Amino acid sequence: MNDDDAVFKALADPTRRHLLDRLYERDGRTLTELESELEMTRFGVMKHLRVLEDAGLVVTRRAGREKQHFLNPVPIRLVHDRWIDKYTEHRVAALSDLKKRLEESA
Amino acid sequence: MTTMTAQATQVYQLFIRATPEQIWEAITTPEFTTQYFHGSAVESTLEPGSPWNGYSTDRSELWVDGEVLEAEAPRRLQHTWRALYNPETAAEPFSRVTWEIEPQENGTTLVTVVHDRLEDSPKTAESVSGTGWMHVLSGLKTLLETGQPIAG
Repeated sequence: MNDDDAVFKALADPTRRHLLDRLYERDGRTLTELESELEMTRFGVMKHLRVLEDAGLVVTRRAGREKQHFLNPVPIRLVHDRWIDKYTEHRVAALSDLKKRLEESA
Repeated sequence: MTTMTAQATQVYQLFIRATPEQIWEAITTPEFTTQYFHGSAVESTLEPGSPWNGYSTDRSELWVDGEVLEAEAPRRLQHTWRALYNPETAAEPFSRVTWEIEPQENGTTLVTVVHDRLEDSPKTAESVSGTGWMHVLSGLKTLLETGQPIAG
């Protein structure tokens, strides 16, 4: 599995997207904090966090006895650059070509 | 949409196909930083306590000032940071940037940037979040992996 696969796989789950949204609102949360907002066992939340960590979307850091979870947006940016920019630019270019052709024929 | 306040501790991490030494050089020398850090030319002797300054590409303006806190080439660099390019961020206290550079077994290097102590610098926190650091780091990756600065 390459890096992009891991990112897409991690994002293809509503619970994991929810966890990312929670971290987007406030970073540095502990497992206990993240777990308290979900109807899921601690083990279940840990499993989802592990998938997010493996994809590089969540980075953990120790602060004293706490393990804090941070949203790392860089892999999403790289996927965006590679997979989204390319196609949206193409579409914009296609539309501007169409506009040009229509205006020329008018 | 949830409105958000930019985080007081921000963590960014990415793998770069380059050695720690190449990454260290790219972070600490102006010939490299001008190519991916919004054109900013870093000037520092890297001695703890010495300045960490970022000038405009032509060196006519000081865009960023700070002080080196720790420098252990090529693995760890920590410096304070204040953005002078905007009067609002210039009026805020110094924040802190830590670079951690860890070689991996597969020929890549894991780069982690922690930008913290932003509690009293909300404008700075906002200006570096979103596309701020991501633009810099994806530019650093592209430059080191392809030898070319990122387009745009």
